[in-house]
Amino acid sequence: MTTSALRFAHDPDFGPPETVLGAASGHGSGGPAPKRIVVGYGFWIFLLSDVIMFSAFFAAYAVLFKNTAGGPTAHDLFDLRNTAVETGCLLASSFTCGMASLAVGQRNQKWTQITLLITGLLGLAFLLLEFHEFSGFVARGAGPSRSAFLSAFFTLVGCHGVHVSAGLLWLGTMMAQFYAKGFRQDIRHRFLCFSLFWHALDIIWVAIFSLVYLVGTLPPELLP
Amino acid sequence: MWGKLGWQAIPLDQPIPLAAGALVVFGMAAIVVWVAAKGYLPYLWREWITSVDHKRIGVMYCLLAAVMLLRGFIDALMMRAQQALAFHAPGYLPPEHYNQIFSAHGTIMIFFVAMPFVIGLMNFAVPLQLGVRDVAFPTLNSVSFWLTAAGALLINLSLVIGEFARTGWLPYPPLSELAYSPGVGVDYYLWAIQISGIGTLMTGINMVTTILKMRAPGMSYMRMPIFCWTSLASNLLIVAAFPILTATLAMLLLDRYAGFHFFTNEAGGNAMMFMNLIWAWGHPEVYILILPAFGVFSEVVSTFSGKPLFDRRSMIVATMAICILSFSVWLHHFFTMGAGGDVNGFFGIASMIIAVPTGVKIFNWLFTMYGGRIRFSSAMLWSIGFMVTFVIGGMTGVLLASPAADFVLHNSLFLVAHFHNVIIGGVLFGAFAGYTFWFPKAFGFVLDERLGKAAFWCWLVGFYVAFMPLYVLGLDGMTRRLQQYDRPEWHPWLLVAALGTLIVLCGIALQIAQLWVSIRGRAQRRESTGDPWDGRTLDWATASPPPAFNFAALPIVTSDEPYWELKQQARARRELITPEPQYQAIEMPRNSATGFVTAFFAVVTGFALIWQIWWLVILGLVGAYVTFVALAWRDVHETEIHAEEVARIDRANRGARAQALRQEPAR
Repeated sequence: MTTSALRFAHDPDFGPPETVLGAASGHGSGGPAPKRIVVGYGFWIFLLSDVIMFSAFFAAYAVLFKNTAGGPTAHDLFDLRNTAVETGCLLASSFTCGMASLAVGQRNQKWTQITLLITGLLGLAFLLLEFHEFSGFVARGAGPSRSAFLSAFFTLVGCHGVHVSAGLLWLGTMMAQFYAKGFRQDIRHRFLCFSLFWHALDIIWVAIFSLVYLVGTLPPELLP
Repeated sequence: MWGKLGWQAIPLDQPIPLAAGALVVFGMAAIVVWVAAKGYLPYLWREWITSVDHKRIGVMYCLLAAVMLLRGFIDALMMRAQQALAFHAPGYLPPEHYNQIFSAHGTIMIFFVAMPFVIGLMNFAVPLQLGVRDVAFPTLNSVSFWLTAAGALLINLSLVIGEFARTGWLPYPPLSELAYSPGVGVDYYLWAIQISGIGTLMTGINMVTTILKMRAPGMSYMRMPIFCWTSLASNLLIVAAFPILTATLAMLLLDRYAGFHFFTNEAGGNAMMFMNLIWAWGHPEVYILILPAFGVFSEVVSTFSGKPLFDRRSMIVATMAICILSFSVWLHHFFTMGAGGDVNGFFGIASMIIAVPTGVKIFNWLFTMYGGRIRFSSAMLWSIGFMVTFVIGGMTGVLLASPAADFVLHNSLFLVAHFHNVIIGGVLFGAFAGYTFWFPKAFGFVLDERLGKAAFWCWLVGFYVAFMPLYVLGLDGMTRRLQQYDRPEWHPWLLVAALGTLIVLCGIALQIAQLWVSIRGRAQRRESTGDPWDGRTLDWATASPPPAFNFAALPIVTSDEPYWELKQQARARRELITPEPQYQAIEMPRNSATGFVTAFFAVVTGFALIWQIWWLVILGLVGAYVTFVALAWRDVHETEIHAEEVARIDRANRGARAQALRQEPAR
């Protein structure tokens, strides 16, 4: 992010550096912040609210973790190999999304489209792996209706999956916009939000990977 | 094809909802026909429905709240009438209908009266007080409003098509689970709140960004008006709390629609988890409502006492203390869950501690009035009425915060009296004070003070007559939500309470009369300077109604009360002291139908989800997506207001102010 911030520093919407430093800093100088700051800031607030929503699902999962109602437990179900590949896909897609930010910064249409396409394909691969895992569980009689534990598991991980799906829809729309409209200021602002969103999904996945899959596959005697 | 929807959904066998529904439908149809016949539709579409101006959106929020207040108040009248009649008798409302009424009353009053009213006031006043031209995301603001309106529409649809929830204003499982509430009532509740909740969350994001990133040059945090501070706290709470509501209701929806087991009795579900989650949102929610009201009172008390607010700094600290503490008290809503003495003790003490910053605020207002030259306008009356009433409500709250007392009073009418005491005496009085205070700013003429004061006295007396008996009844063991009873000692108190609602009804009638009389006589009530109350903050520095761009030039803030200080200097010299600015063209955001169209698709999707018409769900979602892509594809985002137009509007206001300065009696 540092490099792209430097790159945007001489953009008209970024304003001269002294305005940016003084803008609405809370110390009495400056005035309304430039559009780019306002948009990015607002989107950060949205992401924080999204993290809070996930935290409610995490809390529900923690409360219901042991309520398996005689059905399969986390230890019986989870397969870390599948999860490792999913994690690899998602982290790699964040890397290519970062590449796309660089390409957008250089106004390079070809590399923007290529890197975004790879980002999308990696996201799609993640979703397919998740779908594969979910359908395997359902086939083994471990669907979300089996127990409160599985309800919470499917909701928490599925909510992340829904976010990735929405992200893919957004990604496709972004690619079409870059293609049709070029690197216009408002579209670059939108892309800034998209990349924040995509990286945030990674952070949430890291929490899911650690708290759901790693903890879930611990030997049961190690769990509190 | 039509899911669960069929002709049986129309309650042809129940005369009361049918008549009420027919009345609403005919009323709305009559308004639409009248508007169309008068040729106002293009004007409404251009100037209001597609407007992204924060002032217009704020006014529409308040209008929505006022209309829904009437609906919620009719529910209240029906409940009070039922309880007045239902001594040793069935009354006139069968239990399943009575249950829908108290559920609808609470849902409407919190989500569609209190919330839109305070959000409307914040929307209207915050950018003006910050000295800027609009909120951070004007089009998003319009989407927020229309999604709230979409939720309100869905709630009202349940009058005519199907039924509403019978599960109270918060649908506690397992009663709200499919096994015990198989009808569509709970689904109406859930989807209406989900849709309007998204709107509220977006408002929160918008306002937080506006307050933190868009202030007039020189306005440091400590120089922000108190209303902006309380709005900031309130919107931070929205951002932090509403996602929990969305997640919790999503879990209940999954239980109901897809056979999940979050809160069911079977398969390991945990109903108490719902109580914890919903109140982790619900308690911050009461501060989301009351903090902006505190801000209104701060502005009103300071203005009408002719003094700066006493010790702004402690007011700000108290506001932010409430903002943080509000997340540490949720368990007091269910001490009877049996969490154990230590947990109950913690939450009991936390609940008592949160009364301290509120007490600080009361003293701030009292000391502001002390030694001031107080003008008893109706906005000030609402504020003083609030101080007296809210202190009583706060003290009964501290009583309830003691777990031992709560075990006796839990779910009794004592509780009902307490929360009406703080919500009516706090939030609603604050909303009315703000409405009276900023009405002339919004429309350029002052509301009739005589009728306003009469309305205040009816509300105040009516409130006490209606709710003090409920304290007695609660102590006497009467629980909430009783459709009938056979204890003779309760009956007289319930008759008194019913009389109280009739006095409140007079207050509402007087408010309608006030609006009617004031609009009819607006030519004589015109206020040309833009500063009818001798205000102190930047909102009074511009014309009434403010131009679309709010300020011809952004004000430079050099102190806590920059406008007041300039005004005092101007008064001393009996002329304007700020030179005419260099007028420049101003870019303002273009109108957009996105909000209205999105809300249309939200209603379609919500309705289809309630009745499980899956093809229509997909259609609605695709429609919403297409709407957003259409917005994203737009090439021109802004329109320019020419420098001559800016100059014309600003010079007119400067002229009026200069004239007022010359005519003012010498001090």
